[in-house]
Amino acid sequence: MLKLPIYLDNNATTPMDPRVLETMIPYFTQHFGNAASRNHPFGWEAEEAVDYAREQVAKLIGADPKEIIFTSGATEGDNLGIKGVYEMYASKGNHIITATTEHKAVLDTCKHIEKLGGEVTYLEVKENGLIDLTELEAAIRPTTILIAIMYANNEIGVIQPVREIAAIAKKHGVLFFTDATQAVGKVPVDVQKDGIDLMTFTGHKMYGPKGIGALYVRRKNPRVKVTAQMDGGGHERGMRSGTLNVPGIVGFGKACELCRLEMEEDAKRISVLRDKLETELMKLEEAYINGTPEHRLPHVTNISFKHVEGEGLLMGFNKNIALSSGSACTSASLEPSYVLKALGLGDDLAHSSLRFGLSRFTTEEEIDYTIKAISETVLKLREMSPLWEMYKEGIDLSTIEWAHH
Amino acid sequence: MAYSEKVIDHYSNPKNVGTLDKASKNVGTGLVGAPECGDVMRLQIEVDDTTGIIRDAKFKTFGCGSAIASSSLATEWLKGKTVDQAIAIDNMDIVEELNLPPVKIHCSVLAEDAIKAAINDYRVKNGLEQLVFEEKGVH
Repeated sequence: MLKLPIYLDNNATTPMDPRVLETMIPYFTQHFGNAASRNHPFGWEAEEAVDYAREQVAKLIGADPKEIIFTSGATEGDNLGIKGVYEMYASKGNHIITATTEHKAVLDTCKHIEKLGGEVTYLEVKENGLIDLTELEAAIRPTTILIAIMYANNEIGVIQPVREIAAIAKKHGVLFFTDATQAVGKVPVDVQKDGIDLMTFTGHKMYGPKGIGALYVRRKNPRVKVTAQMDGGGHERGMRSGTLNVPGIVGFGKACELCRLEMEEDAKRISVLRDKLETELMKLEEAYINGTPEHRLPHVTNISFKHVEGEGLLMGFNKNIALSSGSACTSASLEPSYVLKALGLGDDLAHSSLRFGLSRFTTEEEIDYTIKAISETVLKLREMSPLWEMYKEGIDLSTIEWAHH
Repeated sequence: MAYSEKVIDHYSNPKNVGTLDKASKNVGTGLVGAPECGDVMRLQIEVDDTTGIIRDAKFKTFGCGSAIASSSLATEWLKGKTVDQAIAIDNMDIVEELNLPPVKIHCSVLAEDAIKAAINDYRVKNGLEQLVFEEKGVH
């Protein structure tokens, strides 16, 4: 039986897997100890649970458990990774390279660093959403200390050429940080094979709990250090103070283990559903996929339906289908998605986009319902759209002098 | 943000969607907004020559639910009014009727602008001078 509403906003957050919740429950009331309490069984139990989870997390990404720093989530990891490197390597230089399509947690952190006197290069992306490797290499200066490029994009799902970026970074003796929030647990990520020096990711995008994430910090070849951004008890090898969120860590560990064991099967099944959704919706006239379909997460697609506005479109079915739009109207700001604009999309197409994020729990029935509901709404709104009428009359919309306001 | 019931109702059952003959002397057309801003409204009025009463009004809107609802409501209000009465429609009346939140006030302003643009188009076609309206400056 089809259960409504359908959840297709898994890039925002995923539901937690019930198996994850199960492992967490004893750590709220029974094994509630502080992992830093070294003198009694409550502390020992907690510490043991954290150690086990740290192994589970490390194993998913091919890291050593000692390289995992638990954080409150990806935003904190972005801040700690980038600001931490900026401070720690100040004597080496003050230049960071990033891209315009990064998450705000990276972009705003970089802006903060600029205020502190640092220098940041923001690489443009190509039409397909990927950075240009030649441009990246050309942007490296003697003072460059860090390249911060995301693994996969949260709005369009495109996967950056991580290994090539890592090779360029290594060649020039620059550290490579990646925000892998959308990728870890969805596609194979291996810090050794990929050549990553620092990496942030979080539990709630991979069927784990909210409020817990990790920063991977390489210990060998090279040994990387970050300056702590919070002062306190010196937890997590001095890089992140604060009492450990034991139930969260236990759940995060379990979520990582499940992803490691099931990711391949999940990805196969989900990508079939995603492809069906995409193929059917692309049968509508004037529909466009945003970002390259060749290098993309298996569960994501982002489509613009020209001459229909995204929020108006969502309203047609958002009681029954949870989705997000790149249109500004969904937020308080009036600017449409900066990621879509960075691909070179006109504001009109950026306003017309929907982002789909499928999950381990998405069913074919849900996808069939979604295809039907969205197709009907697009057709209905186009009947109501003056732009669609003009387009059908063969009027070139770019020749019209709009009353900009 | 949740929509008011009236917005949902106009969105689900929009009134007066359609197109009037823009070449006709009796029809005034107002096209306001821009695709880049995420909303474009086209509002048309058909005026009775002898009585000066708006016989019919139609709209088409590219925009969010509040923009669609604002233009749908505007066409409802226009029908049966004289052109002079129509000029007096204020965007805040639309805000109040539809319970629009502050971030959606620009939708009502757009609807008011569309009404005025349609009236001016009608006036020009009939040898009258354009009226000059004050800028609302909300959007």
